[in-house]
Amino acid sequence: MASTTVVVEGAPRPGRARAFLLRLRSGDEVAHLITLVFASAIFLITVLLVFELYRNSALAREKFGWMFLVTRTWDPVFEDFGALPFVFGTVVTSAVGLLIAVPLGVGAAIFLAEMAPARISDALAFLIELLAAVPSVIYGLLAIFTLVPLLRTVVQPFLKKTLGFLPLFQGPNYGVGLLAAGIILAIMIVPFIVSISREVLMAVPVEQREAALALGATRWESTWKVVVPYARAGILGSIFLAMARALGETMAVTMVIGNDPKITSSLFAPGYSIAAVIANEFTEATSDLYIHALIELGLVLFILTIILNGLARLLILATQRKGTAHP
Amino acid sequence: MKKLSAFPLVLTLVVAGMAVAIIWGPEKQWAAPPPPPASLINGAGATFPYPIYSKWFDEYHKLHPDIQINYQSIGSGGGIRQVIAGTVDFGASDGPMTDEQLQDYKGKYGHDILHFPTVLGADVPTYNIPGFRGELKFTPEALAGIFLGKITKWNDPDIARANPGVNLTGDDIVVVHRSDGSGTTYVWVDYLSKVSEEWKTKVGKGTSVNWPVGLGGKGNEGVAGLVKQTPNSIGYVELIYAIQNNMPYGQVRNSSGSFVKADLLSVTAAAAGAAKEMPDDFRVSITNAPGKNAYPIASFTWLLVPSTIQDGAKRKVITDFLHWMLNDGQKLAEPLAYARLPKEVVAKEMKAISGIK
Repeated sequence: MASTTVVVEGAPRPGRARAFLLRLRSGDEVAHLITLVFASAIFLITVLLVFELYRNSALAREKFGWMFLVTRTWDPVFEDFGALPFVFGTVVTSAVGLLIAVPLGVGAAIFLAEMAPARISDALAFLIELLAAVPSVIYGLLAIFTLVPLLRTVVQPFLKKTLGFLPLFQGPNYGVGLLAAGIILAIMIVPFIVSISREVLMAVPVEQREAALALGATRWESTWKVVVPYARAGILGSIFLAMARALGETMAVTMVIGNDPKITSSLFAPGYSIAAVIANEFTEATSDLYIHALIELGLVLFILTIILNGLARLLILATQRKGTAHP
Repeated sequence: MKKLSAFPLVLTLVVAGMAVAIIWGPEKQWAAPPPPPASLINGAGATFPYPIYSKWFDEYHKLHPDIQINYQSIGSGGGIRQVIAGTVDFGASDGPMTDEQLQDYKGKYGHDILHFPTVLGADVPTYNIPGFRGELKFTPEALAGIFLGKITKWNDPDIARANPGVNLTGDDIVVVHRSDGSGTTYVWVDYLSKVSEEWKTKVGKGTSVNWPVGLGGKGNEGVAGLVKQTPNSIGYVELIYAIQNNMPYGQVRNSSGSFVKADLLSVTAAAAGAAKEMPDDFRVSITNAPGKNAYPIASFTWLLVPSTIQDGAKRKVITDFLHWMLNDGQKLAEPLAYARLPKEVVAKEMKAISGIK
């Protein structure tokens, strides 16, 4: 082969060049390369992020070691730092947010996708997507001026009176606190769950519904036993996304959580989240150890997000029922 | 089919075009940018004096159109960090730099950082007691006790004794403090450290502290919002903020034993009281200052300027600006509700400017 082709020094062989040009024109090579670059950029950003967080928290890691994770003190003056109250606040507010948002969001998505007339469904979906675009500081203001007074004057006294025997609903009632932060998080993440779950439910092939109905299922049975399980993976995906958003939310949370790094059994009590303390204290942190401790908190949040995501996936694997589950 | 497959090629061209644009962009701009000012000075730091600083730099630019001073209000901590890193021409801070930080700077550059007080600010205790809009009087013991969590009821004798005739109930006090690191907090806890030994050893002073009790609000507006909404609460905000938002705030007993309400005069009086013992580097706390009319929870805010500026033109701009700030600039302070520097301090600073080489 090669002997029959005239090889010009320094220039590509014409046959190859033409083949390359052909592939270039048909685009496979190019598309492959470009998308590969884009995909590796995401990977690179993640690695770089972890590396920078790790490198810039060296002082704090050396000084506190693993104790950083279980220490309850956060004292910038005497430079004694621990992450536990912030981890607690982050997890509790996100859990409260998800507990409220998941049933609400999935329920709304089922209604919009399966029961509502198309016109109403589309209009509402548009509104919900608008909600997802509202900046979090607006939600924070809404919480301060509307949600917190409502909680203080109506909701929390009511909870105290009816469910006050639970340690969750005891103690002084300030309005701001873990419950307020959890509720505002729920409001913020519901649009994600509704919007994505609705799309996924609507993508379920109509044959699935028809088959169920043909077998004698009622409308609700076909929705609940066939359509929802079929769309399960997508719905769970929306919940993961919502959880990630809740864990990392900063502005709205710091405006209503009370910003007090304490661990208490009551949802009425103020708390503090990781993202909030970083945003609050980073600009005025002067000593190196202080800054490194704040950056280590960032690292902790990153790892916490990975762990919670992993746990959620394990939970799903463990509870997957045979027959109904769709990968 | 053929038409469709042209898409990736188009994408390649677009990406390549973007890359070219990014590489060549800065040289080939569509419109010519305005000519840069002859002297561009960059500063960064405290947020508390930002309104007056931006006014000053703006006015100064109007007087000298060839001089542009940029200021980023990134916080006092950030200002100090940037000065030490050498990324700005000057810094600004609500709290003076520590000896350690100054040593750090000197070790790096071989010269010092000079502190120049610019204006004064003060913190006031603001509260929300249902049915009461008057002025409460606070003793230092009462304030320290409340913020330590030792005084928990409004009718505690330490509060009631200073406020005869005010009907205080036995409601629980809700303490509100800043959650973000701030010069406001620094001034407040610096004062508490001076009047309470227990505060000094247990909590200490800093831009953020480990608060014994209370809710944290983000920024002056966060504290104000929490206090306004929460019955029986007490917090602290900057004087300017309290005046502008028409919030009730109390008098505080000063070191001479008289109750003083914070205003521009009583804050300047605090600075004048401290001026006699002003150290040469101006790093002085004027909380709990002597003087009958001195308001005790006040502070300077400083510009941080290197003592050696290699670039002669920059040096001239900075020293000229400092001269202007200490004279004409001071007149702009009061309309923005900042207390101006007392004459003694101005005179001393004028001398210190000559230390910039």
